[in-house]
Amino acid sequence: MSVRRRPYETQPHSPCLNLHPCPGTPTPAHSTVTETHVITTSGLTKVYRSRGREVTALDGVDLHVREGEVYGVIGQSGAGKSSLIRCVNLLERPTSGTVTVAGQDLTALAGRGPRAGRELRRARSRIGMVFQHFNLLSSRTVRDNIELPLEILGTPAKERSRKALELLDLVGLADKAGAYPAQLSGGQKQRVGIARALAGDPKVLLSDEATSALDPETTRSILQLLRDLNRQLGLTVLLITHEMDVVKSICDSAALMDKGRIVESGTVSELLATPGSELAAALFPVSGERTGEDRTVLDVTFHGEAATQPVVSQLARTYNIDISILGAAIDTVGGLQIGRMRIELPGRYEDNVVPIGFLREQGLQIDVVGADAQAPVLVKDGAK
Amino acid sequence: MTWSEIQPVLTQACWDTLYMVGWSTLIAVVAGLPLGILLVLTDKGGLLQNVVVNKVIGQVVNIARSMPFIILMVALMTFTRWITGTTIGREAAIVPLAIGAIPFFARLVEMSVREVDGGLVEAVQSMGGSTWKVVRSVLVPEALPSLISGATTTVIALIGYSAMAGTVGAGGLGDVAVRYGYQRFETGVMWITVAILAVVISLLQIVGDVVARSLHRRSGGSGGLLLFRPLRGVLPGTVATEAVKKS
Repeated sequence: MSVRRRPYETQPHSPCLNLHPCPGTPTPAHSTVTETHVITTSGLTKVYRSRGREVTALDGVDLHVREGEVYGVIGQSGAGKSSLIRCVNLLERPTSGTVTVAGQDLTALAGRGPRAGRELRRARSRIGMVFQHFNLLSSRTVRDNIELPLEILGTPAKERSRKALELLDLVGLADKAGAYPAQLSGGQKQRVGIARALAGDPKVLLSDEATSALDPETTRSILQLLRDLNRQLGLTVLLITHEMDVVKSICDSAALMDKGRIVESGTVSELLATPGSELAAALFPVSGERTGEDRTVLDVTFHGEAATQPVVSQLARTYNIDISILGAAIDTVGGLQIGRMRIELPGRYEDNVVPIGFLREQGLQIDVVGADAQAPVLVKDGAK
Repeated sequence: MTWSEIQPVLTQACWDTLYMVGWSTLIAVVAGLPLGILLVLTDKGGLLQNVVVNKVIGQVVNIARSMPFIILMVALMTFTRWITGTTIGREAAIVPLAIGAIPFFARLVEMSVREVDGGLVEAVQSMGGSTWKVVRSVLVPEALPSLISGATTTVIALIGYSAMAGTVGAGGLGDVAVRYGYQRFETGVMWITVAILAVVISLLQIVGDVVARSLHRRSGGSGGLLLFRPLRGVLPGTVATEAVKKS
């Protein structure tokens, strides 16, 4: 049996997402990622002290975000991802380590004390940030909210208003300029938040759980907007999230955080090709329980060419074994078509070395599930 | 006493009260607003964190707040003379009234400003905004409905304090009520002043409420609480309740 692309799965949720560029839009099909690192943190440590107790939120984090990519940091709450993103623009002062954004060492600009000096403030104005709870000023109209960063930059009023309207158009809210945030829906508020973050023409956009307060439908449209902006403007996006779907639908690279450390990181395709990768398993879970004791359960990952080969039926014919399929799924992850299937072979791992070798020869990635053999892969149900 | 006799007395008293309360409110707002904001900014975790300054201001405000007004007035006499050159009359009453109202309003400002969502402050910081920009664009405008309510409460408290200003010969409605109503047994006069005070206070409260509400509604009614509405319901079917019905 070969894994065929099911029509439903090959249609992305919206025509602009993932593989397929919208016809008639200037969106380039391929990413704008270059090899230059635009955000780098090295040895970033943050320790919170309160009432004599010390909590280490970040424990030596090295992060490298390439120019033009969408980089997702995922982890459970308390993993330190929030501290990480807030350290990038120094809203939070790291205890030690350095943060470099667009070639500028921000930690060197910070100075002492909690107040941000002029230099740091200028650097911050070149980094856009969107927030989970939007953080729009309720006393200002949508347009005035977008003008706020421009006021800080000292842009003349006429230019501010022109720019604000242009940005509103870009995020699809041209008709809401005079509305107050309270009159908008969550998704519209976040669009305003994004427009505001872009007002200072930043090279980098930080997204702090930008879609976590939104329903799934709105989440998709906001993610699509971020993706489009990333493609059209070459904007580098660093986002933190606890939702695997976010990483799945827009990230070029991802990092998994746990207890203040980055446990895994890399481009999504690298991660998926890494046997035993927790992130890959979480990004793309397959389920299915082993049916008996002396059986071998394999997770077979197909990508690229291999996805079109009828490997499973070949395996059954060549070795004359019965194969049960426990679970299978096909999805698009980071713009890549990928299939994963959990199959069960009769006999223990030792009995199945040859068939497994055969599968590996076909260019498939095989993870053996269970107690025996190499690194057991536990399929996590997404980080919560 | 006939109406023609009492009428000029009452008119003069109204003007005296208005004069004293007006000036002292103005001074209280001008001085109390920065003081209240400073209390928030210098507090632990604030943008200008400074424990010493915070404690000192906090302590001064507490002491001034807990002082009975009549004692404050007497205690401040030297200071009053230094400022106005006299310790009696309307001008002299403004000094202790203002001094008494500044910490009162500052506390109300502090409460209002604390209600402002910290995320907004963070957003402006992330854009590179200075502390001054945060105060100007976030703290004051976002707390405005609540600040208006606080100012209304302060005016009403000052009307109450100003009744005691009669003891330093400052006149005003309270003074009329005491001198004519109490000391001369002119119960009618006393009730007239009570009625005038009730109407004035109600009107002030209504105006304050309407302004605060209209600002609040514009911005969607989220965040910032309206402080103290002691007179809500005193006059059923008034402007304030009508405004609620309309919305």
